Amino acid sequence: MDMKVGKKKLGLKEKYQHMTRGLGWETTYQSMDDVFPFVKYEGIKIHDWDKWEDPFRLTMDAYWKYQAEKERKLYAIIDAYAQNNGHLNVTDARYLNAIKLFLNGISPLEYMAHRGFAMTGRQFPGVGARVACLMQSLDEIRHAQTQIHSLSNYNKYYNGFHEYRHMLERVWYLSVPRSFFDDAVTAGPFEFMVAIGFSFEYVLTNLLFVPFVSGAAYNGDMGTMTFGFSAQSDEARHMTLGLEVIKFVLEQDPDNLPIVQQWIDKWTWRGYRVLTLVGMMMDYMLPKRIMSWKEAWEVYFEENGGALFKDLARYGIRPPKWLDQIEQDKDHISHQAWATFYNYAAACNFHTWIPTDDELDWLSQKYPNSFDKYYRPRLEHWREEAKKGNRFYNKTLPMLCQTCQIPMIFTEPGDPTQICYREVDYKDNKYHFCSDGCKEIFEHEPEKYIQAWLPVHQIYQGNCFEEGVDPTAEGFDPLSAVLDYYHLAQGRDNLDFEGSEDQKNFEAWRGMATKNAA
Amino acid sequence: MQMDLRTVTIKPQRQTFDHIARRIGADKAATRYQEGTLEVQATHNFHYRPTWDPDHEIFDASRSAIKMADWYAFKDPRQFYYGAYTLARAKQQETAESNFDFVEGRGLADTLPAELKETVLKLLLPLRHAAWGGNMNAAFITAYGYGTALTQPCIFHSMDMLGIAQYITRVGLLLGDDVEVLDTAKQSWMEDSAWQGLRRYVEDCFVLKDPLEVFVAQMVALDGLLYPLVYETIIDNVLSSKGGTPIAMLTQFMTDWYAETRKWVDATVKTAAAESAENKAQMETWITHWRDRAAAALMPIAQIALGAEADAITSEVVDQFNARMAKAGVSL
Ligand SMILES: [Fe+2]
Ligand SMILES: [Fe+2]
Repeated sequence: MDMKVGKKKLGLKEKYQHMTRGLGWETTYQSMDDVFPFVKYEGIKIHDWDKWEDPFRLTMDAYWKYQAEKERKLYAIIDAYAQNNGHLNVTDARYLNAIKLFLNGISPLEYMAHRGFAMTGRQFPGVGARVACLMQSLDEIRHAQTQIHSLSNYNKYYNGFHEYRHMLERVWYLSVPRSFFDDAVTAGPFEFMVAIGFSFEYVLTNLLFVPFVSGAAYNGDMGTMTFGFSAQSDEARHMTLGLEVIKFVLEQDPDNLPIVQQWIDKWTWRGYRVLTLVGMMMDYMLPKRIMSWKEAWEVYFEENGGALFKDLARYGIRPPKWLDQIEQDKDHISHQAWATFYNYAAACNFHTWIPTDDELDWLSQKYPNSFDKYYRPRLEHWREEAKKGNRFYNKTLPMLCQTCQIPMIFTEPGDPTQICYREVDYKDNKYHFCSDGCKEIFEHEPEKYIQAWLPVHQIYQGNCFEEGVDPTAEGFDPLSAVLDYYHLAQGRDNLDFEGSEDQKNFEAWRGMATKNAA
Repeated sequence: MQMDLRTVTIKPQRQTFDHIARRIGADKAATRYQEGTLEVQATHNFHYRPTWDPDHEIFDASRSAIKMADWYAFKDPRQFYYGAYTLARAKQQETAESNFDFVEGRGLADTLPAELKETVLKLLLPLRHAAWGGNMNAAFITAYGYGTALTQPCIFHSMDMLGIAQYITRVGLLLGDDVEVLDTAKQSWMEDSAWQGLRRYVEDCFVLKDPLEVFVAQMVALDGLLYPLVYETIIDNVLSSKGGTPIAMLTQFMTDWYAETRKWVDATVKTAAAESAENKAQMETWITHWRDRAAAALMPIAQIALGAEADAITSEVVDQFNARMAKAGVSL
């Protein structure tokens, strides 16, 4: 926009200032405390919202213009991809399971981010901060919808996508990402911003989106790649917002430091636990690998994150807690997670499999300290068993961590042969944890975490059967009843990739494109 | 391997996601509005109660006195999902941009009669704060409302209000000699008796807790009277006839925006009221209350431009509003 003011010409910053800042006012007919009721209870002290530096200066007219241009291009590609059966271009049908994981586990979080940023966008008394949050809220509904629209075409042809909304609120592993975001939006506005704006969008975002978007690019999935890249310029804005929040809050009052530090510790750990799913996806689910989880962690967290925390040291911020454990874990968690999903493939809405020999070799090479010693023999054993017709499906239910809700699959720091268990007694109950991090997070807010809707507990309490199902009836099959409650299409959505409908269909359809009709 | 995938005709396994199919039928392809809207918000098995509102779930229909058997009975007749919304607004901003170019390029602001210019600055500029209040109120519904069908148009509305506040700012900076016109307008908003009714109205909306009542107070009553009165009547008719056509060009965005947005507002009122006698009664109570307050608050503002005629013209606008609500099934 070109703007003239009388005789004077305004600079960009000044211009934006006028377009936004002067809009708010100190309310007098209602008290500011009533108008902004949630801004004090977390203990964060803000003295002057005018010190907020706008992380980006985008007026609405410019926003509409740029974003519409992006949407036009994106939907043109989505349409063409669908019309041309672009899905048959992916490396092989196993890849589809990576995007099932994405639609089921990640896209709903985009929607939650939309609502969460609307909450902070309503609750902060500062105009600059509110505008930035609301713009992100608007971006996030974009992300949710462009993902749903892109992946909608996959749903037409493949299993495991069709009930993503229903499953999100029920299926055991989906409570991991979901409880993560529920935790953030049930916190106050400042904690939400540290949780999502800073820890998730700034510190960990590259570990989430780069693997999926590059994974898509490597594996011939133009659709996913396109919405990923299209979201990138939004993400750049979101990252600057996340960083500005931290700096602003820390500069406002020295008393804010310990609160913010505790949140950074908590949310880095919470986010890291969710990323277990991404690590597994990178190491096992992409037919064409980009890099290993371990490498990604080293590049995106240890190097980039290291530089960030060095920069934040001047505010008194130290790197997040439990990094020493993460450092040891990076050789293990993706393998432990895949083994778990391989076990529970009957109760899962995507397929699992034993990697090919080439892929096992790749893993051996990427994980010289751990793979051959602890994980390869087990996978080879399962492969042998499957060949004999004994594909192993675990039909018992695992114990879950009360905080991150991941089954208790992780091992003791320093001893990969020993499962890590922690427990806390609280108000006549015993609560279980996968790690010191999850235990400490619980102890800080026990009243919150005892509310967790733990899928396994809920099953045992009888809350996960369809209405009218009688668990006392003759021949009652609890697993099957739970899968019905999940709306899981048994024999289509679940079990091993080998022999799956997806595998057969993909092969047949691709055959139609490459061979002449008989 | 060379493949011509376009020649392959495959029969889809399903047309859309199951939660959409349960609503529209499994044999139909869903629209992008439907897939991006229907049941997108979580409804079951929340993990924790909000620390800021432990009496409710994260998303909780009981935050409103309006009861719906199905919150997806609400539909946006514009079928706005993010993509459709931004495309529509991008087009409108393009028109606005060329209107600003036209007025600026020909120096039309300088040709306006001084008195008229004064009136516009006095009338229009404090409204940027009212629009900012609208942004907050719409953000409130986006945050705490129930069901994406209702909350989604509210994030769009919220950002539209910010856009409108920014367009008003531009008009002020174009007509005024200095950025001080913004300070003067803010002072009016804070202190002038003519604006206190409206400011009180907006601030009272900030402390409402029921998302549907906020919807009534902001989108139905306040927008429903302010836009027809200020933009359609005062600027487009009264001031235009006095040589103020350039102003009408600069505020075309607001006029077009209102003509479009009221369709969604009407549809929402209609759906809420048609659901039950209780809803209808509640809507009537709220709309009557907020309409009367809005009309009273707008009267002194109308006087800035209309003088003695303000009374008659405002009641005309109120009559039109009543007729509009009657069409939406709410008798006032
Ligand atoms: Fe996002
Ligand atoms: Fe845990």
